[in-house]
Parts: sequence; structure tokens; C-alpha cells
Amino acid sequence: MRKQVHLAAHFPGVNNTTVWADPRSLSQIAFSSFAHLARTAERGTFDFFFLAEGLRLREHKGLIHDLDVAGRPEALTVLSALAAVTDRLGLAGTVNATFNEPYELARRLASLDHLSAGRAAWNVVTTSDAFTGENFRRGGYLDRADRYRRAEEFLHVAGAFWNSWEADPFQGQDFVRQGAIRQVTHEGTHFGVTGTATLPGGRPVIIQAGDSDEGREFAARNADVIFSRHGTLEDGKRFYTDVKTRLAGYGRKPYELKIMPAATFALGGTEEEARSNADAIRRQQVGPRTALAFLEQVWGRDLSGHDPDGPLPETDPDDGEGVTQGRVPLGDRQAIAAKWRALAAERGLTTRELVIEVTGRQTFVGTPEQVARQIDEHVQADAADGFILVPHLTPGGLDDFVDTVVPLLRERGVFRESYSGSTLREHLGLTR
Amino acid sequence: MSLHLAVALEGAGWHPAAWREGLLTPSEVFDAQYWTALVREAERGLLDFVTFEDSFGLQSTLLDGLDSRTDQVRGRLDAVLLAARIAPLTTHIGLVPTATTTHTEPFHVAIGIASLDFASEGRAGWQPRISARSSEAALIGRRDFPILGTGTRAQAHEGRPTAFEAAMDDDFRRHVAGLFEEAGDAVEVARRLWDSWEDDAEIRDEATGRFLDRDKLHTIDFEGRFFSVRGPSITPRSPQGQPVVTALAHSRVPYEFAVRHADVVFVTPHSREEAAATVAELRDLEAGSSRGPVKIFADLLVFLGDDAAERKARLDALDGAPLASDALVFAGSAEELADLLLDWREAGVEGFRLRPGALPYDLKVIARELTAVLRARGAFRDAYEAGTLRGHLGLTRPASRYAEVS
Repeated sequence: MRKQVHLAAHFPGVNNTTVWADPRSLSQIAFSSFAHLARTAERGTFDFFFLAEGLRLREHKGLIHDLDVAGRPEALTVLSALAAVTDRLGLAGTVNATFNEPYELARRLASLDHLSAGRAAWNVVTTSDAFTGENFRRGGYLDRADRYRRAEEFLHVAGAFWNSWEADPFQGQDFVRQGAIRQVTHEGTHFGVTGTATLPGGRPVIIQAGDSDEGREFAARNADVIFSRHGTLEDGKRFYTDVKTRLAGYGRKPYELKIMPAATFALGGTEEEARSNADAIRRQQVGPRTALAFLEQVWGRDLSGHDPDGPLPETDPDDGEGVTQGRVPLGDRQAIAAKWRALAAERGLTTRELVIEVTGRQTFVGTPEQVARQIDEHVQADAADGFILVPHLTPGGLDDFVDTVVPLLRERGVFRESYSGSTLREHLGLTR
Repeated sequence: MSLHLAVALEGAGWHPAAWREGLLTPSEVFDAQYWTALVREAERGLLDFVTFEDSFGLQSTLLDGLDSRTDQVRGRLDAVLLAARIAPLTTHIGLVPTATTTHTEPFHVAIGIASLDFASEGRAGWQPRISARSSEAALIGRRDFPILGTGTRAQAHEGRPTAFEAAMDDDFRRHVAGLFEEAGDAVEVARRLWDSWEDDAEIRDEATGRFLDRDKLHTIDFEGRFFSVRGPSITPRSPQGQPVVTALAHSRVPYEFAVRHADVVFVTPHSREEAAATVAELRDLEAGSSRGPVKIFADLLVFLGDDAAERKARLDALDGAPLASDALVFAGSAEELADLLLDWREAGVEGFRLRPGALPYDLKVIARELTAVLRARGAFRDAYEAGTLRGHLGLTRPASRYAEVS
């Protein structure tokens, strides 16, 4: 049998990937939008539905960023509601380990797992910024190096609660068997806790998205799925080999960790039409003001007088803090600016054209046949085990994919015709 | 005028032995189908809302710490997630989960309740609850709590017994008062976050490329003794604007909490006279407050039907002790209960939250017979007249506190 493809549906997020100025773009917050996308994913027999997280509204130049879609629900609450309108689809939430405590989050995730009959997944992320911390009791306090150590200990403590009830606790004359609820005691660097869980089992599928060396080790030890950003064939193969090789060090088999890069797509009846759709989507995603905002993010200062349809600024970026908060930091801004200049000079691009070019072309562009083939090729070449698809429209952005690409993947014999299992662990072919 | 009627859902019912007769298997209490069937039954009875009990730690008959009893229901689902799971499967009934305030993040709780309000299209409420036990603090391990009456058996149900207060010394009383103050701050933070997006903050203005009007988003800048929260929320203003906040209250400190922060208060008088006295005390406390009057509900623990008393006695025998409760325990027919409710209404009680002694039986009698008896006496609705919980309670949808009056 050919290697099987795994697919997940990312609810359109709160960055410029999500196009709101389109008549088909509906509410980003109404439950009906979540239900539509989740039902579409289940119709397409996807492995899971995925929600991202952002615990503070993004700011740009000291003001709330107003150009992109904003506003989202508490992830586990909406996933629990989605468990009522779906039957097999996995339900994955991104939840921060920094601004939660292991006991309480373990309890909420175990509750979601019970309420969905075994379909819960947790994308473990850590944040250290004081900006987000201003919304929470504990504030921002972690230095970067501590993030994975704390996350590791967090997961260890959460795991102790998920394992604290014995299997088959409800046998015999009593409500629970004597001794079936065991006490957890943990004394560590970041947590010191004692007590028992309020429900049996409940360990969700663990997803992880870190990319650094520590992130990859963390995933190799702990994760069931990696949400990677390495969507291209060559890049994907390098990442895949690297991470799968690390598994042996922890006594794990390659199939026990699924690698699923984020992927965007644009479809068309012909290849030419798909390309033109892809370009139109990119132009909607990067309007003139959004192009300037990206420029300011890299240059680290106000450039509101700059013409987005002209060349890049001649002056160099500022060093220092930057003007954006609530986003993943960019890294070395001087180096990015140098790269942008070189590319703009080589191709004769305006600022807006340049930003369109460098901020995420679609991973897959083509006819349904072409896209199905590309996905299959990536998976067979061990560049991925599948993809987390990020549609650009809420809530109908996956409709065409499910109607046209999924049947072709099934025809190729690489994607399920129907769910054979009922839990997310079963969809992913995981045993533990 | 229609009485307000709610039901408090807890385990297999409020009698600790009820699970032996009501559950097919103990694991049903961790199963969405079990709870969905109960809430649908309540909705068929046109009740205003159901509440979902919760506690931060495991149930125990001890005032503090865990007992080793295995003959009573042990274990619970997170109540906010449970309510959300049921929201898409119901259409009118209000859903009011307990969420604790002592060890949780006010920001997460606030957006959780707002998200429940979205998932239920305007039917969310919240019953905040403190976690006073040192054994619950040990689950987080960051705060040292005094240990209360180690080994002392609670005289009533789960953490809010009269014995609890009797066992308090002055230090513990101060401890609990502090936790209520913190709970008050948590509700204040939630209420501000719920208002932090004005209703028309989302503009989708293609001409300027702006999705948001940032002038209609507001930091809440809450600074308190226990935490500070900047805001704004990440969740837009929800269908009700302000989901309904409820509070269970037995004495002065929680009465003050309820009057300051809640829309609905659950009280536990044992007679019409006590009900009148409690109503008077609450109305007195809220005199001079700028908030609207709190709706006063009386809690009753009920066994219904012709054999109600025998059923209760049988469960008492199974549990090895007579049922004790903070709320009055009633055993009798639906007709007799209707008499009591209408009598207490004369004392100023506006609604009742009934705690079924055994599920699903007593809930069915409430939803089918009690409502029919009350309706025949002109005291209960014959159809839902509103689609939101605020609507059932006669509360209007308030404007955001941050909206400029034009």
C-alpha cells in the first residue's frame, strides 16, 4: 500500500493570510463559521481541525493592528461545541503552556477528550513575552532558554494527571474501585504539585510546532504530530529526515511522529487560471497598507510617508525593539532588509510586489489533479506525512478542496475513503 | 407573572447515593450523551436555565483534603466545556456552568464564557465559585492556604455546608473573605473584557483597508490586589453583551459579593419566613447601589412523586446517613411543591433553582409535571418568549460601558 496522506484543516487565522475583503468572507467568530469548516473537513475525512492561539491583540506602532482579521474564541470551548456537530474529526487546540497551570489545563484537555470520545489534541506552545503576559496573573517572566524546560516539565506533570486513575476504575460494587484514583506528587524546578485528577485518562494527541534544535528534540521526545513550516519539497525532506532520525534516541518508531507542514493552496480549472487565482489572492492578502506595515516591521520605524508602489526605502532599518508586538519575532532585521533589497533589485519589484513575493506564496497552485499529485509526491518523497491546510477564506475556504482534490487523492489510493477508526489517535495511526 | 425555574445538575443527582439507581454505569457522568439528555429534558420543560456544578479539585466529604470514599460519585468534567458541548444540541435553554476563580486565570475564564455565549447564540451564564481548600491550592502549588478542620466530615453536600462555616476560625474567615474579594475582581475583569470590544468595532472598511475601528477597542487596565489585566479581550463582544453572572450565597460575605457582581443570586432559606428575611437583607444591601436589582432565586433539593419520601429514605439507607443539605430538602408531589413555590413567591423570591435528588427521575417530574401544574395556575410560561438567557430573565442587552453615548 502506498504511504497514506494525513490532512488537517486550520481555521483561518488572524493574520493577512485570511482575506476579509471578499464577498464570500463571513464571520470569523460566529459558531456557524466554525461548524461549517469543521463539517467540511469531516466530509473530506480529514484527520483533524486545528485552532491557533493569540492571547493579546497584535499591536503595530503602539496601536492595535487594524488591517487584519482579529477576534477569536477560547479554543477548547469552541472545540467542545464542535464535538457536538462532528462525529469523527479530531479537534486540535493551540494552548499556551506559559499562561496555564498543568493541573488545570490537563483537566480541561481531558474533559475535551471525554466530551469528544477520544478526538482531542493539544498543540503545545510557549510564549515568553511580557506583552502577552500583561493579560495574566503571572505576567511575562520566562527567558527563552527556559521555555522548553518549563514546557517539558509542564507536559510531564500533565501526563501524571492523565495517568493518575487506573484503567477500568469503574468495576465492582462501588462508584470507583478502592485505590483506583492515585495521588500525583511532583516536586520540580517549575512546578510543585500534589493531588488527584477529577477524571480518568484523557491524554490528548500532542502537537508541537517549534523549529529550533530544542524544539525538534522536544517533539522527538513528546509529540505525536509536528506542525512544521517546511512545506517545500527539498526543505521538507531535510526537516523530515532530521526529526525522524531523532526519534530512535527516545526509543520511538518513525510512524509514531507525524510531520505535517502548514500549506496554502490555490485551485483553478486550468493551470493558468490557478496561477491567476493565486496572484489575485496574494494581492488581496497584501494591500498597500499591509505592505507598508510589513516594511515597518522590518525597518523598525514609522514609514507612513513611503509609497508602497515605489521602491524600498534607501535608508537602513533601525536597530532596537521594533514596532510590532504580539507576533513571532522576525530575527535579524538588517539581514532581512539586505535580502529584500537584493531580490527587489534583481526583479525590479516595488515595495508591495516585494512583500507579496517574500511573505508566503501558496504551497500548492494548480488544477485539482496537479495539487493532488503534488501533495502525494511530497508525502511519497518523505517531505511530509501530510499537511495542515490553511484556507484564505472563512468559512468556505476548504469547500473546493474537499469537493475536487480529496476525491483525486482517494483515487490515487493515498487517502481514506471513510474513517476506519473513531479516535484521532486511530486516524493518525498512533498506538500509544 | 411567570416564575423563573432552573435546575442544578450535579453528578447523578444531589443525593450521594443517587448514582446507584440512576446510572447505567458510573462512567456515564463522563459522557456527553448523559448530560445532553438531561438538558434536553429541561428544555422540553421550558426551564429558564440549567446550572452545571463544578469544583477545582475532586469531591470529598471532608472539609479539606480528600476522603477515601469510593461509594459516592467521584470525578467531574470541566463544566464550561460540558456546557459548550451541549450548546449546539439545544436551542433556548440557558447554560450556566460553574467556573472557579481562585486558581484560574480571569482572562481565560472570561473568554471561555464569551465563547460559550457565541456557541449557544446568547444563552451563556457563569456561576463563579471560590476554592477555599488547601488541598485544591496544592494542585497548583503556588499559594499556601490554611488547612481547615482536617478529617472533619462535612455535614452537608460538597464544600458549602453550614458546618463549613461553623468550623471556621477567624483566620479562616479572613481567608474566605479574601477569596471572595478575589472572585469579585475576577468578575469585574470578565465584565470589562466582555465590553472591551464595542458592538461595532469590526468595520471591514475596504476603502481604508481596515478590518477594525481601533477606537472601539478598549484596554481594561484592571489593577487589583490579586492580579492585573490589560485587555482588550481577544474575543469580540458576544451575543448577550454581558453573559449572566450568578452566585450561590449563604451569608453576609457572599451576599455582598452577589449584590455587587451578580445578576442572579441563589439563596437557601428553609422556610417562607427565612426567605422573606433573606430577601430583605439582600434588598437592604443593594440599596444605594447603582446596579440593577439582583434576581433572587431560592434553591431547593427535591424528591418528587407519590413515593418521594420512600425514595429518599431508600437512598439514605444506601448511603448510610440521612441526606444533609444547605438547601431545604423537599419530598412530595409536584402539586405540593407548586404550593410551596407560590407561597415563597409572596416573600419576594422571584425564581427557584431546583436540585433534583436523583437524576433523571426528579428532573423529569420537574420538567413534565411541576411545570404543568404551575402553568395551570397561571404561574409559568407555555412557550419560550425569548432566545437568550438574558431574555428569559427579563434583562435587556446592555451597551458596552466603553461606548460613547452619542
